[in-house]
Amino acid sequence: MRPVCVVGAGMSQWGEVWRKSFRELFVDAARAAIADAGVDHIDSLYVGCMTGGLFVGQEHIGALMADYLGMPGIPAAHVESACASGGIAFRQAFIEVGSGLSEIVMASGVEKMTDCSGDEATAALATAADAEYEVFNGATFPGLYALMAHAHMHKYGTTRAMLTAVAVKNHHNGSMNPFAQYPFKLKPETVETSVMVADPLRILDCSPITDGAAAVIVCSEEVAKKLRRPYIKVLGSGLATDIMQLAQREDITTIKSATLASQRALKMAGKQISDIQFAEVHDCFTIAEIMVAESIGKYKPGQAGAAFLAGESALDGKFPINPSGGLKSKGHPVGATGVAQVVEVFKQLTGKAENGRQIKGAPKLAMTQNMGGTGASSVVHIMEVA
Amino acid sequence: MSIFPSRSWREYPQRYRMEAVRFKKSGKTYFPPRQVDPTNGDTECEKVVLPETGKVTTYTVIRVAPSQWGDLSPYGLAIVELTDGTRLFGQMTDCNVDQIKIGMDVRIEFRLIQKEGTHGTLSYGYKFVPKWY
Repeated sequence: MRPVCVVGAGMSQWGEVWRKSFRELFVDAARAAIADAGVDHIDSLYVGCMTGGLFVGQEHIGALMADYLGMPGIPAAHVESACASGGIAFRQAFIEVGSGLSEIVMASGVEKMTDCSGDEATAALATAADAEYEVFNGATFPGLYALMAHAHMHKYGTTRAMLTAVAVKNHHNGSMNPFAQYPFKLKPETVETSVMVADPLRILDCSPITDGAAAVIVCSEEVAKKLRRPYIKVLGSGLATDIMQLAQREDITTIKSATLASQRALKMAGKQISDIQFAEVHDCFTIAEIMVAESIGKYKPGQAGAAFLAGESALDGKFPINPSGGLKSKGHPVGATGVAQVVEVFKQLTGKAENGRQIKGAPKLAMTQNMGGTGASSVVHIMEVA
Repeated sequence: MSIFPSRSWREYPQRYRMEAVRFKKSGKTYFPPRQVDPTNGDTECEKVVLPETGKVTTYTVIRVAPSQWGDLSPYGLAIVELTDGTRLFGQMTDCNVDQIKIGMDVRIEFRLIQKEGTHGTLSYGYKFVPKWY
């Protein structure tokens, strides 16, 4: 594989963006990324989207988005792996450029989740779990992560306060992100008295339903150098799957796909987890951030929660996690999330994070971790400032 | 919400009769049945019927339910490890949701699960009830 770079990033507005359609959200993000990179064309396009079919009755998304970006004719394809769709769209772009097949590829993600009722959105999201043996029996996503949370609490003594610390920290970071859906700070007591959704998870343990899109321009180093603007290098990419149904996994207090994907990405990058200076991880629920931090090997099993309570994952901590605000505060348009993680890493590594959100000390090496469902798929990337 | 007709009939052997498969090489039992053993790729297996008692290994209580399950809310969900070591996921019923605990003894019972698909076909399966009930 030849070196692969990211030279530009863009996001649409995120939130309940009623005035923008599915395709308009995508075009906003895509045009912002093209302008940021300063490229005059793209060779091909990947669009991560979990289920345009269920949210807005639209599939064939690769072709539609290429068309409305004003580029009918280019190679374009839709990538799906539930909530990991965006991260895998980025991986496909990485592979396409790394292989030498293309010079400039756009990796994007989009989801329009608020055109349907909450009930319909819940049902659409539930398709990321086992339809016949989890959803059939009444499972919801908060419910499935709640099963993992109770198991983690039982095995390691993880506490309510540790879950709360994740929500409070991510909202603090998100309050400085102009693209965040919920850019407000939270007090611990607000989290701990919010409505119980699925014991032990409360509504403020959950990421929201969001409309939004994100896009990045992936290119060869030759192209990146010619563009004469700050860029980052993608050093490693790892993708892994796991047994779909929680009940059939050996251990549901860890996310094996995140472990495997992280090991694969680190090996490809020739780095250790201790080399990584900050991470954007998939905090679809507060417990997920704790489990992922352990699963990627940053903390021993059962030890991330206490470290978070001590402030280690804060912007000024030893290992900042989710400087963007994460899914929790920034929002979670499922197919766009994995790409938005790369957008944040790009901003942080090139020193362009807004409103005081910039991590101090000019970090050089970062990780993104994006997962689907309850972790039946996970995709990790390692990126370094050029 | 569903845009699909019912397909529960295809799952009758496992949902009605708790049929699982045990693979020859690993001796592992899987529920629902599968064609290939994920531990070693083995395809030789025999049908086994699961035991009817076990313990809750983890649980939750759904308090904000999709409308389809609104009548039952709040309801418990659990992963239960049966006496033969097989684990399965399902709903708790006939119990006070606030008394569900990890380690609790439960029994499998045949119950109505939901009205499935566009035609609302009555679909049955298993639920967990506390053993003392």
